[in-house]
Amino acid sequence: MAIKVKFFASLRELTGKNEALIDYREGMTASQIWALVVDGMDMPADIMVAVNMEYVKGDPVAQDDDEVAFFPPVTGG
Amino acid sequence: MHIELRAGDFDPYAEVAGYQAKLAPGKYGASAVFVGSLRDFNEGERVTGMYLEHYPGMTEKHLDEICERAREKWRLLDGLVLHRTGDIKIGEAIVVVAIWSAHRGDALDACRFIIEDLKHQAPFWKKEQLPAGGRWVEKNTSGYAKQV
Repeated sequence: MAIKVKFFASLRELTGKNEALIDYREGMTASQIWALVVDGMDMPADIMVAVNMEYVKGDPVAQDDDEVAFFPPVTGG
Repeated sequence: MHIELRAGDFDPYAEVAGYQAKLAPGKYGASAVFVGSLRDFNEGERVTGMYLEHYPGMTEKHLDEICERAREKWRLLDGLVLHRTGDIKIGEAIVVVAIWSAHRGDALDACRFIIEDLKHQAPFWKKEQLPAGGRWVEKNTSGYAKQV
């Protein structure tokens, strides 16, 4: 009963975390997961969120065993 | 289509030529190629190198989806998408997108579609090395130039 949380690029450096494992609680949203893992640090306005490697919009509710990733706008190519 | 992330330097033109050599001659009448390379300047600063981070698993999955969408939209024979990761030196290729089709319209449009989607949606992040230290690139430049 856990959720894996990942951070990339500037958000990895900002939060000082690569990834974290948190206990699953029913109804947890992405913003609640962010606040829990980064100890209340404000969520950047332009943040991108992926659940199980798919982009999500808004503030989705996570399910047990989900992988939730937070990262800044992408800049590949 | 072949999609690959590579940690080491590659010659994009040799990669395209090598891939094309495996295709059946006479079937393709158009090949469109985009190569992105590392500049030594950006936003008024001298750039001395770059680190390219990605999200293992999601990046490959997203590139697969981009190419699948391109195949649904245009008549394509084959394609090659090769993207660097890790430390990159000035002048080295960052990405190559090559598309083969019977006609130029499909090849050119699909090549443009893939590189634009890749730049705006695929989970890659560039950290430039400047003389004063590292700087994360916050957004890509527009892919559509103003005419002079």
